[in-house]
Formats: sequence, structure tokens, C-alpha cells
Amino acid sequence: MSRWVRYGAAAVALLLLVTLPSWIGNPYYINIASQVLLFAVFALALNILVGYAGLVSLGHAGLLAVAGYTAALLLQAGYGHFLADSGAIVVTLAASAIFAVLALRATGIGFLMITLALGQIIWGIAYRWASLTNGDNGVNVATRPAPFGISLSNAPSFYFFTLVVFLLALASMAMFVRSPFGASLAGTRDQARRMNALGYNVWLIRFLAMMVSGFWTGVAGLLFIYYNQFISPQVAALTTSAEVLLMVIAGGTATLFGPIAGAAIVVIMKNVVSAYIERWNLVLGIIFVLIISFMPEGLVPGSARLARWAWQGLRARFNGADAARPVEERGP
Amino acid sequence: MTALALDHLCKSFGGLSVTRDITLAVEPGERRLIIGPNGAGKTTLFNLITGELAPDSGSIRLFDRDITRMPSDRRPHLGMARTYQIITLFPKDTILRNVMLALLGLSPLRWNPLRDLDHQHELVAHARAALDRVGLGHIADRPLSQTSYGEQRRVEIAMALAQCPKLLLLDEPFAGLSIDERQDVRRLLQGIPRDVTVVMIEHNMDVALEFAERVTLLHFGEVIVEGTRAEVVANPRTREVYLGE
Repeated sequence: MSRWVRYGAAAVALLLLVTLPSWIGNPYYINIASQVLLFAVFALALNILVGYAGLVSLGHAGLLAVAGYTAALLLQAGYGHFLADSGAIVVTLAASAIFAVLALRATGIGFLMITLALGQIIWGIAYRWASLTNGDNGVNVATRPAPFGISLSNAPSFYFFTLVVFLLALASMAMFVRSPFGASLAGTRDQARRMNALGYNVWLIRFLAMMVSGFWTGVAGLLFIYYNQFISPQVAALTTSAEVLLMVIAGGTATLFGPIAGAAIVVIMKNVVSAYIERWNLVLGIIFVLIISFMPEGLVPGSARLARWAWQGLRARFNGADAARPVEERGP
Repeated sequence: MTALALDHLCKSFGGLSVTRDITLAVEPGERRLIIGPNGAGKTTLFNLITGELAPDSGSIRLFDRDITRMPSDRRPHLGMARTYQIITLFPKDTILRNVMLALLGLSPLRWNPLRDLDHQHELVAHARAALDRVGLGHIADRPLSQTSYGEQRRVEIAMALAQCPKLLLLDEPFAGLSIDERQDVRRLLQGIPRDVTVVMIEHNMDVALEFAERVTLLHFGEVIVEGTRAEVVANPRTREVYLGE
């Protein structure tokens, strides 16, 4: 029963996402939907570490920027999209490996501080190494790719492209968390010592998790530069890392849909609410405070808990009324 | 061949010597009890054997293979399993899932990111069988957080046994248990097949003595007395350091 409810909900959500450009219409809002999806990919990538590995990274904007800058610079140098994008993924994986080797010397606050420092180094390179990165002026990306000859230059086509990538990321994440390796990773989060004594190589498991996270961060970085057709050091700044971490925490760590809900809230606040309220940051802050106060586990698991509670309350009231009546009056 | 051989093993933390020149040999199939007052270095000795700590000097051999410098996560693959004095389990998961993780630890499947763990029927059946053997089969699907302390102790042992170890290290398996729960654990330990060598740390001598064939008494990181149960109990030094007379 509940399985069919879930399948039904997934089908409805998918239908809404696929038909979104036709019922939204306005390209401005379609572009915001694209942004939500690309940040959702980024947040899903970070959630592998924060949620399933228990490793809080504050340097992921650095990895996003590595992917973005590598692709943008390769494109500028005249390479094609395929080469530039593959090169960007390879370089991002190499950067992730360096992040992992340095940061996995610690867990907890130590891990957070090392990733923060590494992210700041990348921001520093983007900002100061002007002969390579063009400094504050950033790098332009002249064209979007045209996979299978389909142009992505207008808002709906880019939205569909982002949607396909997002669905791939979501499907691979759903598979990952149910897999034996996903269970191994969650085990290292909950009881690293015991996992080691059971024969698991805890360090290697965490390293591989960082590589998977780095891969999808790289993919998000590519979506980011193709969406904006521009990259600047601001992308690598600490605020980007903090923002994506907030998406994960607000939506619900270690859940499949939490990071997506978190991405939607932050992006919509930033773009839509800011048009009506000047101090949109304040509104965002209040929303986060409310989430943390009333749903400390995050928006998605918190809402599920409230819904369950309300449903049980309703059912108890209904059954209670039923039980209070004499037997002969009760329904079959 | 000896199951476990420690040769002049030493470990100190700063100026504090916690393991002083320990030499010890456990025969295959033996039941060995290691006793000693608080702070005698019993758990440190286990941590050296499992590789969680590296010794300062000396060597450790498992079935005549030198494992002194082997990473701790490799040792379970050679047939070494341990339990913890402080329960170290996965409270959010079911009992079945805990045992599945124990089995997965020795299987190459643990690296697989593409399959569904719950659909690995062989692994699940294996885990259920392991739980049936220790009398926990009927509550296999219960979340660990909803089980009693005594049941959690048995899950600890069940996880170690599920790995079919050749050497089983039990760190105070009776700690904190009621009299009834002790009986459950005692029956469980008595049912361990003879091809498993068992080394057990116990603080409380009464419950553990009947289980052991040979007993080693540690005090301030040193082996004070070693011998059969009767020899150790009769030894005046045992009475002096342990029984407080």
C-alpha cells in the first residue's frame, strides 16, 4: 500500500518536473527551476559526505570551482565541449583525491577545518592567479554544448538537459545508499572503530566516498558554468560552501530528497523573494531558524514526522469515535 | 602450532608502561581467561592483539604468521574477531542488519555500490542463521535500540561468531549483566565449537573461571601468574593482588 503511494507520488513529481516549462511559461522562472536542479545535484553530492559519511566539508565550493574553471579555461583555449568537460571531471577527481588525502587525517571539526582551508586556497588561486584565471574579471563561456545536435541555448532546452542530469544523479544516489558500499559507508559514520574490527578499511571507504562526492560536484560545476556562461572567484568563496551545506542540513541530511528541498528553498529565496523583499537574507535566516527549532532533523524527515503524527491523530479520533458507539451501531 | 603467540610485547603511553614484556602462548581450541584488577592492562593487550594499538616492541603471531605490523582491518580476514567491553553496535539498524554488516566485512561485496544490499539473499539467510544459533532469531528484525542490554551483549558475540573466527577475543562479555542474562551468555559461550580458540578478559572471576582451562593473571601490565584454573586460584600471589587478602 505505502509502496504504491510512494510510486504514485514519484510519478506525479516526475510528471510535474517534465511538464514544468509548459505550465510555468516565463523563461525567467524556468531558469530558476534549472538553478534549483543544478544546486540539487551539488547538494546531493555534498550529502554523500555530510549525511552518509558523517564528514562535514566546508570546501566543496572549491571543488565546484575547479570543475568550472577547468572547463571554462579549456573551452577558452579552443578545446571542444567533450574534451573540456571530461578534462574538468578528471581534474576535479584529482583535486578531490588531494582534498581526501589531506582532510581524512581527521574527522569532525578537524576535517571541517582542513576542507575549509583547502577551499580557501582554491578561492585564493581563482582570485589572485590572474594570469591563469583572469582574477576578479572571471572567465566567459561562449557557448553551451549541443548534445546530439540539440541546442541548449534557450531556457526550456537547458532545463530539460539539467533535469536529465539531475535524474541521473538522483537515481545513482538512490542506488548508492541502498548498496553494500552505502551500508559500509554509513557504518563508518556510526561506528568507525567497530567497522575496522569487522575487517573494513575505514580510510579507503571514506576516500572513495569523497571521490564519488567529488565526481557529482564536478558535474554540478559544469552545469553551473553552462547555466551562467561565466565563472568568477565568487563561486569558490566560503559563502557558496556554507550555502550548499545549509541546503543539505535544512532539507535533511542522509535523506534522498532533503538536499533537493534545501536547494529549492535557498535558490527560490535568493531569486524570487529577493525581488519583493530587499532583506531576503533575513527571511532566509528566519526560515532556517524555524527549521532548526521545529524540525532539527531537517525539512523532509521533519515534515514526514508531522504528517505521520497528524495521520495517527486523525485515525485515533476516528477509531475512538467508532469504539465509543454501541456495537450494533458500528459499521462493518 | 600455537593459535596466538605474544613474544616480549611492550607498550607504554608516555611514562606509563601498560604492557610490560608480555609473553603468552594460546593453543588452538584453548579457552584462555585473562584476569586482573582494574588498570592491569587487559583491554590494552586486546587492542595490541587486534592492531588498534601498535606495540613499542615485541611480536604477535596468529597461527604462526607474524601480524605485528599488519593493519588492524586485515586481521579479521585472517580469522580474528573481537567483542567490546563497552557495547559498540549500530543502534539505528536492526539486529539483522548489524549481523549483516559483520558478514559483509569479510566479503568483497562490501565494495559494491550497484546492488541492493537487502536483496543479497545469501547474505541475509546467513545472518539469520547466525542469529538463530545464538537464540536471537525471533527478534532479528527489531531495531537494536529497542532491545535489552543483555540482548545487545549477545548481538556483540553473535556478530563476532558470524564471521566464523579462528580466534575469538571476548572483552568482559558478562559486564553489566543480570544473573539471568549471565546464564544466557554462558550458554552461548559454551556452545562455541572447539575449533574456535577463545581468549576472554573478565574482571569478575566467579562467572568466568568455570569457562577457562588456563588462566593468566595480569597486574600493572605484567603476567604475574599463569597456569590451570586450580593452579592460579591456589597461587598465593593471586590472592595477594587479586582477591585482596
